[in-house]
Amino acid sequence: MTTTAPPPVEPASALSDTASITASDASLRRFLHGLPGVDQVGAEARAATLATRSIKTSAKAWAIELAITMIDLTTLEGQDTPGKVRALCAKALRPDPSDQTVPRVAAICVYPDMVPVAVDALGDSGVHVASVATAFPSGRASLAVKLSDTREAVAAGADEIDMVIDRGAFLSGRYQDVFDEIVAVREACGDAHLKVILETGELVTYDNVRRASWLAMLAGGDFIKTSTGKIAPAATLPVTLVMLEAVRDFRTATGRQVGVKPAGGIRTTKDAIKYLVLVNETAGDDWLDPDWFRLGASSLLNDLLMQRSKMATGRYSGPDYFTLD
Amino acid sequence: MPKKFDYAPAPESRAIVDLQPSYGLFINGEFVDPVDGHAFKTVSPATEEVLAEVTEAGQEDVDRAVAAARRAYDKVWSKLPARERGKYLFRIARILQERARELAVLESLDNGKPIRESRDVDIPLVAAWFFHYAGWADKLDHAGYGSNPRPLGVAGQVIPWNFPLLMLAWKVAPALACGNTVVLKPAETTPLTALLFAEICQQADLPPGVVNIVTGAGDTGRALVEHADVDKVAFTGSTDVGKMIARSTAGTRKKVTLELGGKAANIVFDDAPVDQAVEGIVNGIFFNQGHVCCAGSRLLVQENAYDEVMTSLKRRLGTLRLGDPLDKNTDIGAINSSEQLARIRELSEVGESEGAARWSPPCELPDKGFWFPPTVFTGVSQAHRIAREEIFGPVLSVLTFRTPAEAVEKANNTPYGLSAGVWTDKGSRILWMAGQLRAGVVWANTFNRFDPSSPFGGYKESGYGREGGRHGLEAYLDVGVSR
Repeated sequence: MTTTAPPPVEPASALSDTASITASDASLRRFLHGLPGVDQVGAEARAATLATRSIKTSAKAWAIELAITMIDLTTLEGQDTPGKVRALCAKALRPDPSDQTVPRVAAICVYPDMVPVAVDALGDSGVHVASVATAFPSGRASLAVKLSDTREAVAAGADEIDMVIDRGAFLSGRYQDVFDEIVAVREACGDAHLKVILETGELVTYDNVRRASWLAMLAGGDFIKTSTGKIAPAATLPVTLVMLEAVRDFRTATGRQVGVKPAGGIRTTKDAIKYLVLVNETAGDDWLDPDWFRLGASSLLNDLLMQRSKMATGRYSGPDYFTLD
Repeated sequence: MPKKFDYAPAPESRAIVDLQPSYGLFINGEFVDPVDGHAFKTVSPATEEVLAEVTEAGQEDVDRAVAAARRAYDKVWSKLPARERGKYLFRIARILQERARELAVLESLDNGKPIRESRDVDIPLVAAWFFHYAGWADKLDHAGYGSNPRPLGVAGQVIPWNFPLLMLAWKVAPALACGNTVVLKPAETTPLTALLFAEICQQADLPPGVVNIVTGAGDTGRALVEHADVDKVAFTGSTDVGKMIARSTAGTRKKVTLELGGKAANIVFDDAPVDQAVEGIVNGIFFNQGHVCCAGSRLLVQENAYDEVMTSLKRRLGTLRLGDPLDKNTDIGAINSSEQLARIRELSEVGESEGAARWSPPCELPDKGFWFPPTVFTGVSQAHRIAREEIFGPVLSVLTFRTPAEAVEKANNTPYGLSAGVWTDKGSRILWMAGQLRAGVVWANTFNRFDPSSPFGGYKESGYGREGGRHGLEAYLDVGVSR
């Protein structure tokens, strides 16, 4: 009856050849359903424990600085105007007009028709232009429409594309359709980076979040992103925890690193720091970088600026001292 | 390599705790000097700093405390309407919540446990226990122990140092709810929160003598347990001392409950939710530095999941933060005493000499105080002492199994039987395992979770009697047929 355990080994890149996994609907299904389950109670408890980390003084200052550089400053409204996008770009380049030491944000995130305005305003500043595409936010359009949506955004100068997955296909188990669509959009992106929005508020279970994360990574997504911001709940700590575990495990298995972007509902410095703690203690140092972790947000930036100036001056200034986008 | 995100120190302030230089005994509602006792010091295990002088109660002091409890039982507490008893308990519960921060800081100072645990686990549970049993006080007729079940009288209670105030709550709340009065002896290394609890009894206007607290070590405990006028003995602590108590109370009228040691198996199947199982393993053995009688000190992993689980576990242990118990980001605090540290070291050395492989994450230990790094032994067999003896420290022994039957056989192959954990996505297997495991508590896809409504207690040499919930009332009621 006794069994002797082999010595622990470093995990090999077991998935160096993923073609066999993605060859058919059946093989995809076998693989995704073979991933370890997520216990909801345990995942939420872990996220809640990490949320009690107390980040003070020098650590807080460092985290605020990093969080600013990770922001995808976003406006995705039907009423967006070129003027508003230009204002947002100005803010991206110099978040606090009265303080030149504030770093730039990572990117501006807009609808495709606003991409030319953003490209024009940002120039070669290094701030990226991200465009949602693929019939954002519902994704309810034909593949041809989604691809042309993507191509137009890229042609207009977007260097990052935030696509939505077909949740209907995913939830009904048509994994191959979802996979093929991501692959096609990936191709349409050319050199632009692809963020794959899972819309976790519609996937509901953490098991689904984990499977969708792997599906998006297998299909070539550069980032996996929680939400469109149009569905509640948007980003949550436990969902982001599960996605961070997925990118960590995916890199271990394949050697390829994928980024994570929680988006929607992250409004305060406290929230942002909780996400950074989650990154730090789940995926680790390599993801504490704007190339690998983004925060999709708009009002968050002002709170970060307010906290930053509070740390520098010792007093809070009112919201009137920070620009509304 | 230095971490990018270096958490700055975030110490909880000590200012909220008003420590006196010395404490007497709490007898008959007031702090009194000892008759035949003497003073000893209690230190912070994290720094070895002396926190206060406390009193080691002598035989005569214990006599006085038991006499005060008897008087309070005869004249006041047993005559009080049940709902009035409940009111006192509710009042104590509310004060415990109001003074939660103070109690948490003091607990971490005296015990060495991280403030995150005393703040988020210990003290909230303490209040929950009092609220739970406050509710039972006037409903005992409906508890399933006959109509109008009677209290036993005076309870002598001896508690350990691992959860000082929580163990007090487990003992005092049901005893008082059932109409008994108590004399409680806290552990010698962790008397301070019990003495603060005495102040809370005063603040709640609890009638004098209903709760008496005598500090001291083994001799004080023995004097209390062997006292002729004690009707009920409740003990939580080591199996060795539990056996001594069982012997000394044999043949007496005393009703006894013992909650003793454990060597719990935490069983991880290949279909377990791996990330949560790893959290459960960590919480099972490194919660409270492993000073937990129901700790999951034996990890049984299904052999085909071994590599994956161990890789994840070691990576996770690398993120544990060991250090100042009062820092809000500390995960692993100090070992409670130099004696306990010596025992952990000794058994760890035995583990190595018996051929198991020892591993700890890179971990800097403070210079002062009592510290031991989180430690994992692999290649452990059932015959090794580290798989059989309770270490009561942050030391995990890892074994493997092939079939569910082998897991059960190994899990049950111990003189203890306090708790067990099962990790699997299959509900039917959880139920089957729970029926096979000879343990008082079986956790499914979680570990070290406590609730006042759930009974807790052991099989075999882990003791007898149950604490918590409706079942816990039985220990403090006369449920005999001769009424």
